[in-house]
Amino acid sequence: MPYFPNPEEQLHRSAKQDLFQGTDFYAIDDLLTEEHILIRNTVRDWVKRDVSPIIEDACQRNIFPRHIIKGMADVGAFGPQLPAEYGCGGLDYISYGLIMQEIERGDSGMRSTASVQGSLVMYPIYKFGSEEQRNKYLPKLASGEYMGCFGLTEPDHGSNPAGMVTNFKDMGDHYLLNGAKMWISNAPFADVAVVWAKDENGIVRGLIVERGMEGFSTPETHNKWSLRASATGELVFDNVKVPKENLLPNVQGLKGPLTCLNSARYGISWGVIGAAMDCYESAVRYSKEREQFGRPIGGFQLQQKKLAEMLTEITKAQLLCWRLGVLMNEGKATPAQISLAKRNNVDMALNIAREARQIHGGMGITGEYSMMRHMANLESVITYEGTHDIHLLILGMEITGENAFA
Amino acid sequence: MSVVPDTTTKVTFTDNNTKFNQSGVQYIINPYDELSLTRALEITEAQGGSVTAIHVGLADSEASIRKALAIGAQEAVRINAEPKDAYFVAEQIAAYAQGQGFDLILTGRESIDYNGGLVGGILAEMLGIPYINVVTKIDVNNGVVEAIRDIDGGRETVKAALPCAASAQKDLTEPRIPNMRGIMAARTKPLQVVEPSANNAGSTYAQYELPPAKGAVKLIDPNNAGELMSILHNEAKVI
Repeated sequence: MPYFPNPEEQLHRSAKQDLFQGTDFYAIDDLLTEEHILIRNTVRDWVKRDVSPIIEDACQRNIFPRHIIKGMADVGAFGPQLPAEYGCGGLDYISYGLIMQEIERGDSGMRSTASVQGSLVMYPIYKFGSEEQRNKYLPKLASGEYMGCFGLTEPDHGSNPAGMVTNFKDMGDHYLLNGAKMWISNAPFADVAVVWAKDENGIVRGLIVERGMEGFSTPETHNKWSLRASATGELVFDNVKVPKENLLPNVQGLKGPLTCLNSARYGISWGVIGAAMDCYESAVRYSKEREQFGRPIGGFQLQQKKLAEMLTEITKAQLLCWRLGVLMNEGKATPAQISLAKRNNVDMALNIAREARQIHGGMGITGEYSMMRHMANLESVITYEGTHDIHLLILGMEITGENAFA
Repeated sequence: MSVVPDTTTKVTFTDNNTKFNQSGVQYIINPYDELSLTRALEITEAQGGSVTAIHVGLADSEASIRKALAIGAQEAVRINAEPKDAYFVAEQIAAYAQGQGFDLILTGRESIDYNGGLVGGILAEMLGIPYINVVTKIDVNNGVVEAIRDIDGGRETVKAALPCAASAQKDLTEPRIPNMRGIMAARTKPLQVVEPSANNAGSTYAQYELPPAKGAVKLIDPNNAGELMSILHNEAKVI
């Protein structure tokens, strides 16, 4: 049964023009290649055409706009950094970051869908999978024919994944999987799930679980105030028989899922700049149009302070990401460097969404403008893929050598 | 195919108002040319054939040419010269196109920077082929081009034999966004650089001016037509 029938017919297309231009105060475009800019502008044009007009209605009504999966795949949002021989983009990490930035400029929920598919499903299959697994899954995931999800977090184990209880037993000709995962983006409609579970020796391993396997269900999480255009659910494994060839052979331990999270967190660092730019640009436009006390509110010092600080923070975040992208391309980026960027940039974007909302006054409360949607979305983004506080502790451990987690 | 400043560009001039200030300007494919390109792709996808994107300009426009290849043109040609005016551009394209055996040459109705709207017509004349200006629909059937033009109060259907040239008007088609495969394929598609032929630019730009800034709105009582007449006559000097 389709997750949502005929969504295209049911979503309202807004006639409001998307005026986004992109913020580049330090001429960071000069650090990009011609192809980077072509990719960035391509995704920007696609978001303007296919995402912006429907996203407000989709969010308000808590609908995942399933029909845009094909467009997302066409612009290369699914695993763009993985090799072309598996149907992926074969692009560098800066291209990947720019794609995430432009999609999240549209909506963090849309970017989440792409992040999960590319970094949390395709990346582990590429990095830790067998050649058969790569060939079986990657081309279909890249084209959007298959959608995937990633099962790590459990009801009782979020920031502490090592405590997971989901487990599997070797039954000779198959594995028997039991347990449950929670807060899983894409779960309700995913065709495949990359699931992390403990083997009989308590070692974390990755399994590819497919929809339709007996005992596997994906109930949807309802009543979210955030990422409302993205589908979230649980993964429930009740004596699921998983074929032995579905075990990811090339990784053992938490290093597996944490490696995937590094890739996704890198994308988030870029993505949230998109959300921040969208809020900032809207605030700039509004401050020039809205008049109070006989002049545009942009002429008042308090509004200028907000705008100047937003531009400063966006510019810093852009430079941070660009440098991190270069390190990623060289294979030198460390998890702690990625934590710094994820933590700083998500917080930056959330603050900008709030300040931009203030500049819009009462109008900022409505769905006429994007800030409240971005703000609510970013509350999830600052929590998932390592909370704001956990990233602080990762940095703290990096600095002092002392583990303050437990 | 022209490359023009992005529509959000703030236009300023340098060198005592004799040159357009290019500093910080983002360039895009002229939107009418993007329609031509898309329509050319639609026609060749349905009927076979290939599309060549031709541009007169310097190396800094290659990013836009690469985009044309990413959208789907099979090959591109850049005639390596600064586009001085419409006559010059038409002459350069004509010199290249002569003998290439192109069936259909599509241009935009105008470029959105200088808005001359002349290249297509001059080019067709130089090549001695029919020209259909400002088309909103164009099809090719059995070697015959059938195009529709919007005219005052109606529509005009025009037929011409191939080879033929035409210029695209808004609504000809929906412009395409490149996809990832197109961008990847564009890396290896041929972009040929051709040196310009001898030429005679017909004109030079002497001076640029910005339009006068918008003045304040003056409201006049509807019963006071006399004052309106007086203002239009004495202040605005339009009647």
